[in-house]
Amino acid sequence: MKNLLVLGAGTAGTMVVNKLRPRLADDEWKITVVDENEVHHYQPGYLFVPFGIYSRKDIVKSRRDFMPAGVDLVIGEIDAVDAEANTVKLLNGTTLDYDYLVIATGTSPRPDQTPGLETDHYGRTIHDFYTLEGAEQLAKTLETWDGGRMAINVIEMPIKCPVAPLEFTFLADWYFHERGIRDRVELVYVTPLPGAFTKPVASKHLGNLLDEKKVAVEPDYFLMEVDAEEQKLVSYDEREVPYDLLVTVPVNMGAEYIARSGLGDELNYVPIDKRTFLSKSYDNIFAIGDAGNLPTSKAGSVAHFAVEVFTENFLRHIEGLEMVEEFDGHANCFIESGFGKGMLIDFNYDTEPLPGKYPLPGVGPFSLLKETEMNHWGKMMFKWVYWNLLLKGKEMPLPHEMLMAGKITENA
Amino acid sequence: MSVATIAGHEVQIDEEGFMTVYDEWDEEVGTALAGQIGIEMTEAHWKVIRFLRSDFAEQGQTATIRRVATVGGVPTKELFTLFPKKPAKKMAYVAGLPKPAGCV
Repeated sequence: MKNLLVLGAGTAGTMVVNKLRPRLADDEWKITVVDENEVHHYQPGYLFVPFGIYSRKDIVKSRRDFMPAGVDLVIGEIDAVDAEANTVKLLNGTTLDYDYLVIATGTSPRPDQTPGLETDHYGRTIHDFYTLEGAEQLAKTLETWDGGRMAINVIEMPIKCPVAPLEFTFLADWYFHERGIRDRVELVYVTPLPGAFTKPVASKHLGNLLDEKKVAVEPDYFLMEVDAEEQKLVSYDEREVPYDLLVTVPVNMGAEYIARSGLGDELNYVPIDKRTFLSKSYDNIFAIGDAGNLPTSKAGSVAHFAVEVFTENFLRHIEGLEMVEEFDGHANCFIESGFGKGMLIDFNYDTEPLPGKYPLPGVGPFSLLKETEMNHWGKMMFKWVYWNLLLKGKEMPLPHEMLMAGKITENA
Repeated sequence: MSVATIAGHEVQIDEEGFMTVYDEWDEEVGTALAGQIGIEMTEAHWKVIRFLRSDFAEQGQTATIRRVATVGGVPTKELFTLFPKKPAKKMAYVAGLPKPAGCV
């Protein structure tokens, strides 16, 4: 009997076991998944919580509801992987053996990594929306907030769902309009990148969106510390950004056990081959989803396209065959832009987001790099797709590789 | 995309002047690029640029400020002294590597 051990029952880990269980004989392969708790969160939903659009019931379900028969879910915190001995130790003392290991423990916001961020002010004048608790706390604060200067600060890249901070900003603009206090709110988007939009074609199509929405941008901002008493951000080049309300997107890092096991880079991401997800150091360890160091977005859509490629490759790899499928870094994301509209981007390692139609060339129904109501409905429908199709590994009518058909290339 | 002549070498550049072909770069080109943004290269600068070049060859992406600090061993504060105001962008420019970018 061979053991496949999957660490993490989030989006990627759940899809992996749903794809592999039917393809691996029950009498030859045991599949075990480890997670630290029983609840699966629909993470794309966090964005809507601060504005009262979604609540906890939209976001939380039992992990067991998405586990196929023949997969053991073990609840426990991971202490360390011993990659030489092919074992994983849990903090409760259990040791699990594996023949193949799939690391899918994602990435998490780490406010503790920034001086001055985790103080008594966290949850009052400083909030985040990358955890359910943080998003709920922010919802409470926003309900009674009567205006002032709101700073939205991405501290450091990479972060998961890299467009979410922009979406949050667009939704905040809409939300304060709805509440009739937009004229009393100043919005400032503070980013370590050279701008809110950095890709040439996207900048050309969407670059004026922040001006239209009256959002100020503070680019190339590398935060050194938060002065929570004085309510200001301080950067390494001594630029100060004052705020009344700070919405922070903390540094994101992979799980600490990855560092303890000597398997991670400087942010605890596992170095892997960007085409096959195989560890650069061990021939029986893969990392999939946000846990790896792929040079593409950390997002559920990437995990989805990646798992399709991974499944076929894994089945060949265990037979000693060469892995032939190659991941192209494909990602696509709806970008909620407020007032019942949304945008859509589709890209990969080599191709930046371009305008056009998706998924059917010339037809859509979704429009790329353009604000439409249909894109907004796509985003809202996605919650159903996630819970009912995606996690369970059901066939989706979308090819995993990015296609140029339907895209309009132009000289940027 | 266009072609520029830098320190006597013909190199491909994007619309912002960032080089796009890894192998068209050498230290002479790096010195000239630095000069264009008002930086005079010292051994401390070269330590950063050499790290970025070798790291890119292994990783396929431009190292972040954090990576230069933790793996390359040059503290963040020093990077802001060597490449004032916009170290991430300036380091990439001088090293002939893609600038840091988001997904959109």
